[in-house]
Amino acid sequence: MGLLDYFRSSQPKGSANMAKERLQILVAHDRAERHRPSYLPNLQREILEVIRKYVDVDMNAVSVNYEQEETHEVLELNIVLPDTVRNRA
Amino acid sequence: MARIIVITSGKGGVGKTTTAAALAMGLAQRGSRTAVIDFDVGLRNLDLIMGCERRVVYDFVNVINHEANLNQALIRDKRCDNLYVLPASQTRDKDALTKEGVGRVLDELSQGFDFIVCDSPAGIEHGATMAMYYADDAVVVTNPEVSSVRDSDRMLGILASKSRRAEANEEPIREFLLLTRYDAARVDNGEMLSVKDVQDILSLNLLGVIPESKAVLNASNAGVPVILDRESDAGLAYGDAVGRYLGEDLPHRFVNAEKKGFFSRLFGG
Repeated sequence: MGLLDYFRSSQPKGSANMAKERLQILVAHDRAERHRPSYLPNLQREILEVIRKYVDVDMNAVSVNYEQEETHEVLELNIVLPDTVRNRA
Repeated sequence: MARIIVITSGKGGVGKTTTAAALAMGLAQRGSRTAVIDFDVGLRNLDLIMGCERRVVYDFVNVINHEANLNQALIRDKRCDNLYVLPASQTRDKDALTKEGVGRVLDELSQGFDFIVCDSPAGIEHGATMAMYYADDAVVVTNPEVSSVRDSDRMLGILASKSRRAEANEEPIREFLLLTRYDAARVDNGEMLSVKDVQDILSLNLLGVIPESKAVLNASNAGVPVILDRESDAGLAYGDAVGRYLGEDLPHRFVNAEKKGFFSRLFGG
């Protein structure tokens, strides 16, 4: 390290912070994925099939979300029905 | 009954085999009867690192297939009477490692040994899952680098779900972090993840920090586990890691860069 570096070293520096931030996000995402039950995709597909018997919903209209909280798990179903649903009934 | 330790990482090239050789030698030197097994079928290297490559006659797969017995395949270390190496097969396919076969060999080894160190291949495929399946303890070897840390986290998930202990609902595998190729000067410069950064992400019991060291390549060139090089920082750091594994409370050396004097900072060097 030379004279210039000595003065430069007081500046905020380094890529390690970037590495840590990226890793924290990535690892949290990986872990959430890992803890999901493996039946979720099938569950989503079958729910969609049942709904489509009655309502013409889009393939992307059902989202299944799984979250693990400290004492319990939450399975969240979100179904977006089309505007025309009243007319068909 | 032997304690079974898997040396694992997910990512390749982080120092699993170096670590397996060093820890096995360290445990044996402290008086425990120790066997170290190479699970990397098709790409065996532990024998080279241990310096016994010319003494391999039978291997792990021969024992699994009943083509040789354990005593024929185990290679006794010339430097330490308590240490034996079970090499991998160089010619077979990974599928030669069956769950039953591996279990039988580990059972038989358990009768006569205190520790069985399993050197896992890289990846998360069959050979790696076989190496960890029967483990009691896992040493997750990690470099302070993004892909290695991520892969280590992935490995922790697999250890927690795909091991014998997990399947039998027994007490989970004890997991330890071994941080290797650590460059304290670069950490100080903010160019490398620090011990604390990696621990914040993986939250594991820290078994040791092995500094980036020329001694590691020198040791592998010569076929001598680096822990035998008591002059080197890496050798001493592995020695400490063995002590900690056996329950000693030792401070972590080599995690801080050597302080340079004012003049050397001013004029470089």
